[in-house]
Parts: sequence; C-alpha cells; structure tokens
Amino acid sequence: MPAYLLGRLGSALLVVLGAATIVFLAMRAIPGDPAVVMLGVSATPEQVAALRADWGLDAPLPVQYLNFLTRMVVLDFGQSIRLGMPAMQAVSQTLPYTIYLALVAFALALLVGFPLGVFSALQRGKAADKLISLFSLAGQSLPSFWVGIMLVLLLSRTLHILPSGGAGSPEAVLLPAVTLALPLLSVIVRLVRSGLLESMGEPYIQTARAKGLGETRVVGVHGVRNMLIPVVTVVGLELGTLLGGAVIVETVFAWPGLGRLLIDSIAARDYAVVQASVVMLVLFFVSINIVVDLLYGVLDPRVRVDG
Amino acid sequence: MADLSATTTLASGRALPLGIVLPAIVVGFYVLAAVIGPILLGFDPVATSLADRLKPPMTALANGSLSLLGTDAVGRDLLAQMLAGARISLAVGAATLVLASLIGVALGVVAGYWGGAVDTVVMRIADIQLGFPSILLAVLVAAVIGPSLTNVILVLAVTRWVVFARVARAQTLTIKSRTFVDASRTLGATDAHIIINCILPALVAPILVVATVQFGLVIVAEASLSFLGLGLPVGIPTWGGTISAGRSYLANAWWISTMPGIALSILVICVGILGDTLRDRLDPNLVTR
Repeated sequence: MPAYLLGRLGSALLVVLGAATIVFLAMRAIPGDPAVVMLGVSATPEQVAALRADWGLDAPLPVQYLNFLTRMVVLDFGQSIRLGMPAMQAVSQTLPYTIYLALVAFALALLVGFPLGVFSALQRGKAADKLISLFSLAGQSLPSFWVGIMLVLLLSRTLHILPSGGAGSPEAVLLPAVTLALPLLSVIVRLVRSGLLESMGEPYIQTARAKGLGETRVVGVHGVRNMLIPVVTVVGLELGTLLGGAVIVETVFAWPGLGRLLIDSIAARDYAVVQASVVMLVLFFVSINIVVDLLYGVLDPRVRVDG
Repeated sequence: MADLSATTTLASGRALPLGIVLPAIVVGFYVLAAVIGPILLGFDPVATSLADRLKPPMTALANGSLSLLGTDAVGRDLLAQMLAGARISLAVGAATLVLASLIGVALGVVAGYWGGAVDTVVMRIADIQLGFPSILLAVLVAAVIGPSLTNVILVLAVTRWVVFARVARAQTLTIKSRTFVDASRTLGATDAHIIINCILPALVAPILVVATVQFGLVIVAEASLSFLGLGLPVGIPTWGGTISAGRSYLANAWWISTMPGIALSILVICVGILGDTLRDRLDPNLVTR
C-alpha cells in the first residue's frame, strides 16, 4: 500500500509540476515585462521595481523557475493589485463556493443518473429506454453554457421560479448545479445502463436466479454491485471535467467561485490570481483522482492494492 | 484484427444503418449551409440597421426582406449571422482535427513503432495533459496567446492531439507484431516502407472514428471559448459569440441566444450519434475519450 500510494502521489506531483511549469512559461511568454504583466497595467513604477527585486526577475530563467517553485510550495503566488490582497487569499475566498457547487452537482448527477440508468437497462429496447438514451446523448453533447442560458430564460426570466445568478439565496445553487451536473449525469446513465446489461448476462446472475432469489435482489445485489467498478472509474475521471465545467457554468450564473475568478482575472490581466487559481484547480483535481483510486480497493477486494 | 475487418465491412457495401445515414445527411446539410449560405444571405458584421433592432422571428424588415429567425441588438439578421458562424465553426473544427490528428498520429506512430525513450516521453506528456481538464488548458493558453483564428485552432489542437496519439500508438503496437509485417521486413522492407504501407492504412478507420467523436467536442469547445471571450476576435461571427451577446437581451429578445444554440445542439447531437454508430460498427473496443 505505501509503495503504491507513493507512486500515485509521485505522478500526481508530476501533474501539478507540469501545470506549474505551463503557468510559469505562459507568464514569460506574454510579451512585455513579467513584472508589469503580473501587477497589471495600473501598477506604479515603484510597485514594478519592488516586484522585480522581490521575485528576482533579473536572474536567469532557470533560477527564476526554481524561485517560482519554491514559493509555490508555500502557496505564495504574489499580490493582486486589482483585488488588493494576496492572490492566494482571493483563491481561498472563492474555492469553497466552487467545492460546494461541484458537490451539489455531483450528488445530483449520482442521485438522478444512477436510478435512471438502472431503469433504462431494465426497460431495454422499450420507449422509455430510447427516450432516456436520447436524453443522455443530448446531455453529454450540448454546450453547457447554452443549457445554462436556456434554464435562465425558462425558469428565471419567464417563470420567475429561481434566481438567474449570484449566490444570494440558498436556492441560487440549483440552476448552476443542474447545468454542471447534466454532462456527468448523462455519462452515469449510459455507463450504468451498459454496465448493468453486461453484468446481467453473466453466469452469476443465472446462479442467483436459480437460487430462487427475487428479481429485486438479483438486480440490486448481484447485478448492480458488479458494475460499480467501471462506473466509479469513469465518474472519477469525469470529476475533473466537472471542475473544468465549473469555469464555464460559474461565468454563466455569476457564481462567485474559483472558475469565475479565473476568467475575470484573465480578462483583467491579473496574472498573479491566474497563476494561483490554475495551480489550485489542478491540485484539487489530482487530489480527487487519488481519492477515486483508493476507493477501488473498498469497492472491489480483488484490486485491493496491498495484495 | 478489428482494424482489418473494419475496413472490409466499410467497403463491402452492406446496407448502412439509419444511425449513420440520418446524422450524415444532417451534417452534410450543415456543411452545405456553411458553404453556400453566406453567399445567398450575406452577413456584414459592421452593418447596423436601427429600425430593425431586436425584431422577433418571421418579421419583415425595413428593406422589405423577411427575417426568418429575427434580428439582433443592432438590427443584423440572425440567420445570416448564424450561417456565417457555421462557416467559422465548421472550418475551425475541421482545421483543428487535421492539425491534432497529424501531430497525434505522427507522435503515436513514432512512439509505438520505435518505443524506448521517445515512447516514454510522449506518453508521459500525454498522461500529464490528460490529468489536466482540457478546457482549463485551452483557457490558459488562449489567455496567453490572445484571440485570433489561428490561435483558436492551435489551442484546440493542443488539447486534442493526445487522443489521436494514444489510438495511433495502440494500433501501431498491435500491427507491428503481425506476421505480414514480419514478412515485409524479411523481404527487406525499410521502416519507412512498413509505416507507410502496413501501419498507416490500418490507422485510417480508427482515426476516422476518433475524429468524428472529437469533431463535436471541438465545436463545443470553440463555442465555449468564444462565449468566455477567449475565442475568436469580436468582429468574427461565431455561434458562441452570438449566444453570449444575446445574454443581455434574454428578457426582450429570447431568440438571439436560443437560435444559434439550437443549431449548435442539433449538429453536435448528430455528430455524436454518427460517432457512436461508427465506433460500434468499426471497433467496439476503441477508447475515444
């Protein structure tokens, strides 16, 4: 177990390092003085000079890179002139909103997608199954920013049921969460459906039926349990897409999360915050992947990693 | 094995299923509309007609023409704008896929054929990139290199080459150990000869499937970037840009955001069905995501 976990942490660290390197190179690729770039155009010459000295911007590139990494370890990404606070502080103020939104969307996708997939598989070939399949294909391919706008048009502007944006009231999370959940929900429906159909064709299902078990137990215990692994794998991978999707959904609904902070900071050329948000989003993302990996062992004793 | 049977089933002329024919017709219609639409119904991005502002669908305009899908905030015809947008979206999608598949196939074949250090490096980079939400990468790169047509294609190709590289590598690995390749080598065929005559032909079918599935994703990604203001420059009409512009008029002109989104959705769903059917038909084991 420790060896496996170490290997897993190592590759996760590589991803974060890769992201940090991309961010570092990106900042240097922007034409102009990186100090001006990081501080924004509103910075005074004194601020620029102070930053140049502070970050050692006159040093050779490899030294700057090491410097950047050392500071990243202690989560020091510099100061945001625009927001008047350290970039990391802006990130930690918005991160909880993104986590909250992602969790609600995730719960929604699981709670709706899973039963829908099981139902679809049991209704195989019937009208309901075809309808659900079409719905999940649409949910997977429709552009989420447009789905969000349409939900606002329908439920906020026309029916006045839900707020169109912001995070002012408890129910404000619903529209962005539904929009964010839709692609994941669709993936879950398709996976559960095909996984259950496959596992229902296996000999152990025949055995279970031959034992005289009721259909609920056959499907619920023997069918569903055996298709959980592939579902968890893909759901784990798709959680990252959920974070990527948050960037778009938060912009549509003016949700005060990390994704919107990133887009706003890019528009305002507030690159200190851009650095911080990208690195934190990636860190968040790889942590989820590690947790998902460890979950396999719990779900399927055969892949318990210490074996 | 799947690769060979795949090519033969395609060529054997068995009746094509509805899952291929119908969406193919729709996609063909989009291509046609994108090519000849803007010729029939010109769109001038800087023209304004204040008398025709925010007219709903099926309104007669000041110059006597009928606006099928309504007009936008400065009186430009929405249908004309969407046709011009279709041209951009399809062109960006196609160019991205050509670039991404060229890079991906080249690296994938080299990695799979020669293995060794190149293989390790290429696949490590691919893994790292897959561990990174692709829209985030696109946003970051787009933010640095700025909005332009070439840049959007570059950004999207950078986020997509990995999928092609993985499929090309896996396919190369299986083909290069087949007996007909050994036979060619015994007869004195060079590496270049084997790659061109044995490996590349076997890649056509799976790469085509991957490209179909990716086409929908790329078009949505382009629209999303344009929506975020990180895609094409403001003067160029895109579906994403039009949908974004319509957000300010949801209360009094619902059609501006709705219509291009419907057009985009129908296209993406059809491409999705096409990709699914092709994959099931050509190679059910192919991983395309």
